[in-house]
Amino acid sequence: MSLLLRGGRVIDPANSVDTVQDVLLADGKIERLGRNLAAPADAEVVDAKGKIVCPGFIDMHVHLREPGYEYKETVATGTRAAAAGGFTAVCCMANTNPVNDNGAVTDYILAKARVEGAVRVYPIGAVTRGLRGEELAELAELAESGCVAFSDDGRCVMNAGLYRRAMEYTLPFGAPLISHAEDTTLSRGASMNEGVVSTETGIPGQPAAAEDVMVARDILLAELTGAHVHIAHVSTVGAVRLVRDAKARGVRVTAEVTPHHLVLTEDAVRTWDSNTKMAPPLRTKRDVEALIEALADGTVDCIATDHAPHALSEKEGEFDRAAFGVVGLETAVAVLLDRLVRPGLLSLATLIARWSRDPARLLNLPAGTLAAGAPADVTILDPDAETTVDPSRFHSRSRNTPFGGWTLRGGPWMTVVGGKVVRPRASP
Amino acid sequence: MSLAHRLAAKIAQIDGTTLPVGTLDITLYRDDLGMRGTPVIRGTDIPFSIKDKTVILVDDVLFTGRTIRAALDAIIDLGRPTAIQLACLIDRGHRELPIRPDYVGKNLPTSHRETVAVRLREHDGEDRVVIEEPEEA
Amino acid sequence: MGWTRKDLLTMRELEAGEIVLLVDTAASLQEIATREIKKVPALRGKTVVNLFYEASTRTRTSFEIAGKWLSADVVNFSASGSSTSKGESFIDTAKNIGAMSPDVVVVRHSSAGAAELLARALPCSIVNAGDGAHEHPTQALLDLLTIREKKGHFEGLHVAIVGDIAHSRVARSNIHGMRKLGMTVTVAGPPTLIPPFVQELGAKVSYRLEDAIGDVDVIMMLRLQQERMTAGLIPSLREYAHYWGLTLDKLARHARPDVLIMHPGPVNRGIELAPEVADGPYSVILDQVSRGVAVRMGVLLLLAGRKGGDGG
Repeated sequence: MSLLLRGGRVIDPANSVDTVQDVLLADGKIERLGRNLAAPADAEVVDAKGKIVCPGFIDMHVHLREPGYEYKETVATGTRAAAAGGFTAVCCMANTNPVNDNGAVTDYILAKARVEGAVRVYPIGAVTRGLRGEELAELAELAESGCVAFSDDGRCVMNAGLYRRAMEYTLPFGAPLISHAEDTTLSRGASMNEGVVSTETGIPGQPAAAEDVMVARDILLAELTGAHVHIAHVSTVGAVRLVRDAKARGVRVTAEVTPHHLVLTEDAVRTWDSNTKMAPPLRTKRDVEALIEALADGTVDCIATDHAPHALSEKEGEFDRAAFGVVGLETAVAVLLDRLVRPGLLSLATLIARWSRDPARLLNLPAGTLAAGAPADVTILDPDAETTVDPSRFHSRSRNTPFGGWTLRGGPWMTVVGGKVVRPRASP
Repeated sequence: MSLAHRLAAKIAQIDGTTLPVGTLDITLYRDDLGMRGTPVIRGTDIPFSIKDKTVILVDDVLFTGRTIRAALDAIIDLGRPTAIQLACLIDRGHRELPIRPDYVGKNLPTSHRETVAVRLREHDGEDRVVIEEPEEA
Repeated sequence: MGWTRKDLLTMRELEAGEIVLLVDTAASLQEIATREIKKVPALRGKTVVNLFYEASTRTRTSFEIAGKWLSADVVNFSASGSSTSKGESFIDTAKNIGAMSPDVVVVRHSSAGAAELLARALPCSIVNAGDGAHEHPTQALLDLLTIREKKGHFEGLHVAIVGDIAHSRVARSNIHGMRKLGMTVTVAGPPTLIPPFVQELGAKVSYRLEDAIGDVDVIMMLRLQQERMTAGLIPSLREYAHYWGLTLDKLARHARPDVLIMHPGPVNRGIELAPEVADGPYSVILDQVSRGVAVRMGVLLLLAGRKGGDGG
């Protein structure tokens, strides 16, 4: 069974390709690219004229919530949301219940993914047992079971001594530590960014320094140990500056940013809508501008949604009592195409690189490229289709998005994983 | 309200008796809260006891009687007078409640649609009663 | 200027004309307190629910008296402690109460934004009696009424608000109200209790009591809560009282002789206010309390009295 994608604009930053051509997929792999390819007898032909054909997008920061929080999301519903959003692979965080701090939970997740996953699932293992920040988890077993990185995300490993040992211990595995950088003694009690809006609303806020302090610490520990540390959901101009300087010094630090931090500021919180509450919080215009610049120049390596599903009852009600986090898989691509690429703040090629070549490289994944022989994971975008975000139609089990009602031009059109269409082309 | 003051002055002239005069704001006793927009309270000022006294309520125009009904409730909340009497300058008819004046300046037959306004020298620069036809829609 | 809003949630959103209307209405309702029969039928048949999530006998009683003097049926609903962990969520409680068709719900809650949530969820009028550190509009209104009564006007007055500004809804509401009426506001306290960017709200900042109270017309002292010490914001109550507490001596040396001393209550005697100051000749604290009933009557009347009002 083969698939011929005809006449789309193929943009593959990993191979410096930007040409209108055909792509033939067969046996789960990219067989050939070229112009006017002949269609094999059994091939399904897809007219991709006017569409953008990219290597499959990877979202390296997703909470699938299974095992333990299936009422918010499952591997099945989360990966369906990913496919709908244009993603061919997701990395799922360890803050499940039980925590993914041992091989058995990793095996469980991978088994679920094999049977019910609509896209590829790469688990991220916990750094500490139970995410308690006290003892190391069995990191070697986690790596062997298939974890591609380690993170206590949701929590910060506050104990520098322990985090240093984690960095050293995982050096041979080739899997980075992903840091949720937040000094909880600076962020205690906070529900938003500390600034003008928090002063006006009386909602307790945390300063940008709460993040910067830990980013600095993690960079210095990475410098000490030679480990690869990846800063999750970077949100401040200070953190960007620290990462840029560290990279210039040769420290093995990488970073990711979420779509909502590229597009929203703390002003969104004035609506009292708890879909503007997440950690790290929405910051200021100055931070947003620094993040966009950093994404463009590669200081920030990739885009990751931090897709964090929560039930309605956990988000409605008092702002300071609401759960932190928003979903993102089904809106990410359209939001950034419309709000970054369209106004010329980020080039299309860079956007595609930050979602394919770059996350694949920093995680050592066999992905992020459309070279012949690579897995047939393809993301096809429609740059012109206009949609209005309707949370009631999400594939995700949860609806907590700050983008409800947004009208966006451009978005995912078709998603292919291993040669199989997991998101059928959008209807005209 | 100036009419009451004028009456008191006239009585003092004729009789030599000085009667105390007070102002009664019946906004808080109306039965139409929420139907006429923001309630404007001008304040009640009755700096004397009305207990065991005869109180004359003075109003410029007596129409449906609802204002006087509210005024009666307001007065009774302030004390227990021996008697309450009503003096109105103009009685234009169309009563909706069993209220009758004790003293009338002039009976003025009007249609329900018309408005009757009393202008006083002290407030409006002239002494005049004006009957207005509403504009055709 | 008339009143058209369904709710009274913040001072920030009000125009100066609306604030003056509220203060004027309250002023003309004060005489009801002097009558032998303290009742007018204006809100007869209206139901007012006091939904108080934070314990507050004083403010709740003030609203209760206000409602009853206007002949409304007043019901007190005390939901103690956290709502989500102990059963019914805030939204569920709100909907349940809404289903009983009250005309006005007066809400006090420890979360900023709670009153706004209620206003969006229910068709009846909502009065914010304090939502976390955000706003407490009726307190600001009674403070303004008291000030105007004593000083005769608003424009040009200078007020110093002293204490835990960061956690104070009274401070925020007053800053908004006073600025709109042409007053100057200085906030003062230890830096850890002054929120960042408070200048953006229009207030000047001082870290020394002595500097702040010189040449102001009104000194408003805020209550200091014990929790601030355990949270590492101040080292001790003793130190706070010594440096930012108001004593007769400091008043005599720095403040003007015609200054007003105000406090939203309850007063921590010996901490933010020396007893002699709280009970002394400059203090108008008890006046504030009686103005509170008048203000709350005014608020209930204007909300219920707006055209097409009472949720219909």
